[in-house]
Amino acid sequence: MPEIAIDSGHTAWLLVSSALVLLMTPGLAFFYGGMTKSKGILNMMMMSFSSIAIVSLLWVFYGFSIAFGKSNGFFGDVTQYAFMTQDLTGAWSELVPVPTFVFAVFQMMFAIITVALISGALADRAKFAGWIVYAVAWATLVYFPVANWVWGGGWIFEMGAFDFAGGTAVHINAGAAALGLAIILRKRNGWPSGAYKPHNVPTIALGAGLLWFGWFGFNAGSEGAADAIAGIAFLNTQVATAAAVIGWLVVEWIRDGKPTLLGASSGAIAGLVAITPACAFVEPIGAIGLGIVTGAICALSVGLKYKLGFDDSLDVVGVHMVGGLIGALSIGLIATQKFYGEAGPQGLFYGGGVEQLGKQAAGAFAVLAYSLIISVILGFAIDKTIGMTVSSEAETEGVDQVEHAESAYDFSAPTGGGGAFALAGIAPSSGTPAAAAPATPATADEKVAG
Amino acid sequence: MKLVTAVIKPYQLDAVKEALHALGVAGLTVSEVQGYGRQKGHTEVYRGAEYTVEFLPKIRVEVLTDEIDVEKVVDAVVTAARTGKIGDGKVWVTSVDDVIRVRTGERGLDAL
Repeated sequence: MPEIAIDSGHTAWLLVSSALVLLMTPGLAFFYGGMTKSKGILNMMMMSFSSIAIVSLLWVFYGFSIAFGKSNGFFGDVTQYAFMTQDLTGAWSELVPVPTFVFAVFQMMFAIITVALISGALADRAKFAGWIVYAVAWATLVYFPVANWVWGGGWIFEMGAFDFAGGTAVHINAGAAALGLAIILRKRNGWPSGAYKPHNVPTIALGAGLLWFGWFGFNAGSEGAADAIAGIAFLNTQVATAAAVIGWLVVEWIRDGKPTLLGASSGAIAGLVAITPACAFVEPIGAIGLGIVTGAICALSVGLKYKLGFDDSLDVVGVHMVGGLIGALSIGLIATQKFYGEAGPQGLFYGGGVEQLGKQAAGAFAVLAYSLIISVILGFAIDKTIGMTVSSEAETEGVDQVEHAESAYDFSAPTGGGGAFALAGIAPSSGTPAAAAPATPATADEKVAG
Repeated sequence: MKLVTAVIKPYQLDAVKEALHALGVAGLTVSEVQGYGRQKGHTEVYRGAEYTVEFLPKIRVEVLTDEIDVEKVVDAVVTAARTGKIGDGKVWVTSVDDVIRVRTGERGLDAL
């Protein structure tokens, strides 16, 4: 076989995209961190940062091999890239003419954020040691094989279901895992009647902004080349996200009376999730329609946890699993071969019949079921041994203090961090006695006339 | 001598400070407090879930003044702190027996 020439332009774009995708995980840490209580933000952010640390190493040891080694339909040859001691300077493929090292680095970032996404189900109560064991086990048993099914030549790939940048492999996968943990693990104290309002909405918006920025690498980078397909993926990512912001806000405005920044941030993430699998296969107008529908549906579905009684703290299910499902199924409806050509899918609305929709659904629900089942088993096993959550008493004290012996804000001194927040008009805690963070007796105990 | 104590909205602090400064008030004490009055906090909605915030952040401003100026001080605070919306706060006046400047030991009006 003739050697494929490395393309420096494509390589440069994929290196940049890799860095963009990595930025999404610290962005996620801020997005999730702002939604926790003030005494749980560090534990939340630690789960994202620890995912970077853990999954990066696993990827080199055996992750890339399982995901992208020669597939037997279910997982790749674990020895093929083991410890990456091989010469990986040659081109990955004809379609992706970049050094294999570079492709591996790009895909590493996907594995990292997928694991980190799950942590949103554990807010304010995660036992850090349990999380580490879970992250290692879930990445090994679920993410690496599923990436092989979807992208690495495994059975979903062979079946002809499409997932351009990770709707199935990343978002449905992580969302289903979060659902598994939320079902099996202890709910937060007093949930759902307790006060669990986000402690820092600007932090959430910062995180959403970083995610949005990094997502261009995620989606446009997934083309593996700097070309027109990357361009259409980039454009669709932008307009679908913009539309989803509007979709979410319209629902809030009608239902709750006010549009919120948390809603705009959440809508953006929902839109990014939904366009991910479809970004190279739809027209911009299709992306806009997809975004509006997803924003509205996800805004409605985050309330499901109250109806069904599972404490998915930060709505990983309502945003990522639901958004991912909409996106994966949308390929069967609104995909067009206009940009991608005949190698790509043709949706029902473009004369493609229902076959593609069936394949999309089969792939999506298979991953959902697999991830959910393994996550339930892992969550249960770890919780019964070393523990996945801290005790109720420890949760009351604050998971940051109990698990990490540090705190994000200083509420002890009148002029400390708490003071600055209070002066800015942002309550340092959730405001009810049950949810109040440690505050100075001189302030918290006073009953003043308003 | 009188102690004027005002509990106001945090965002009105700058206006109150400016108004008192314009009156020539030499010093004031500010502290962050939380509480509620007749409106009993408020409701916030996050992702469709309602949360009742009972203890609202407020600022307490304390000014020591002589009896002659007390009405001017009260007027300045009330005017500057007023937004016309519920939760603007309250001002009350208490009598003070004595005031001592720590550095010099001066007492009474000399210490103001």
